[in-house]
Amino acid sequence: MATQTEVLEGLAEIVNEIAGIPTEDVELDKSFTDDLDVDSLSMVEVVVAAEERFGVKIPDDEVKNLKTVGDAVNYIIENA
Amino acid sequence: MSTPQIKPATGAQYSRIHGVGGYRPTRVIPNAEVLTWIDSSDEWIRTRSGIAERRWAGPEESVAEMSVQAAGKAIAMAGIAPEQIGGVIVATVSHLKQTPAIATEIAQRLGCGTAPAFDISAACAGFGYGLGLADGMVRGGSAEYVLVIGVERLSDLTDTTDRSTAFIFGDGAGAAIVGPSDTPGIGKVIWGADGSQADVISQTEAWDTAFAKEGAVNGQGEEVKWPALRMEGQTVFRWAVWDMAKVAQQALDAAGISADQLGAFIPHQANMRITDAMIKALKLPASVPVARDIAETGNTSAASIPLAMERMLERGEAKSGDLALIIGFGAGLVYAAAVVTLP
Repeated sequence: MATQTEVLEGLAEIVNEIAGIPTEDVELDKSFTDDLDVDSLSMVEVVVAAEERFGVKIPDDEVKNLKTVGDAVNYIIENA
Repeated sequence: MSTPQIKPATGAQYSRIHGVGGYRPTRVIPNAEVLTWIDSSDEWIRTRSGIAERRWAGPEESVAEMSVQAAGKAIAMAGIAPEQIGGVIVATVSHLKQTPAIATEIAQRLGCGTAPAFDISAACAGFGYGLGLADGMVRGGSAEYVLVIGVERLSDLTDTTDRSTAFIFGDGAGAAIVGPSDTPGIGKVIWGADGSQADVISQTEAWDTAFAKEGAVNGQGEEVKWPALRMEGQTVFRWAVWDMAKVAQQALDAAGISADQLGAFIPHQANMRITDAMIKALKLPASVPVARDIAETGNTSAASIPLAMERMLERGEAKSGDLALIIGFGAGLVYAAAVVTLP
């Protein structure tokens, strides 16, 4: 099972690739929309890439609950 | 006495697109005008959709009129006479007079004699559905040439106060002539429908409740408004990019064509972000020209693929004889993809 650090690092790489955000800015308490400027469509791209990388299913209804990077990291750890 | 045998219909061995034509309404609606209706910004609209302007039809630019104009160009390019057309298929979701089918008036105005003419409702996959039907008709022997038209006046179904859709839709018509060919010009059409997602893109209100007298309320006790198209953007985005990339790949595989052999990729012009993400998901080589007509035309549903095809040929971005991958997807949810030889 992946650790919080491993998931955070993987997610940071995905956010960097899709939205061009430096990986070091992708921190647990950052909001995707307010702090990282990841818009709703990029968020879908991030989610799909995360599903593939971590072998987890993130349904559309769940995506809106993933406000911060930490929310996403926790969801992935709990559901992978 | 032996059982009498029906003489089978015989058609062409192969079919292809012989001509394509489009009609774009004269009125240009730049983002600046949209911003007088909704609280948004030019930058927001461009980054979310890739749209800079769209065309909206005026009172004279009816569904029939736009169709006749587009079809006239396709017929001229095909170099056939209108009376050689043995079928007229009109794909639209925005012809607001349901009966009779608008295809009959269009066929009559074009001079197609008594060719069978009918409308189909397959939203943004309408052109691909029509192409699949036309291909079957030509090869099945029920028509020599078939006219397929995708036409929309989505401005009539746009809620200009809905900031998630007001900037997206446009009007226009695109037409293609499908006819016999010595070589295969239309690959297997990969098409389908998923009614479990019927609510994802839909008209807000049925006509019967909408036409109830003013001040009427619907089943939820809300006041009824003129129907418009609404959609769940994130859900559509996910389906349109990743599920549709698989469908596009199936169309390539069925045609026995690899992505690097394509001369054009012409996806339904739904949203530039969908196009960009689909290119990545499909791993389309950067050398393949991609239709990006949405920037100037908006999302014209069934009309978008033939309009974009005509524009790519006009501008020399693709040429006659090139192989193009087309894919339409939209309300239903429905989809249709195929590899075709450009006229």
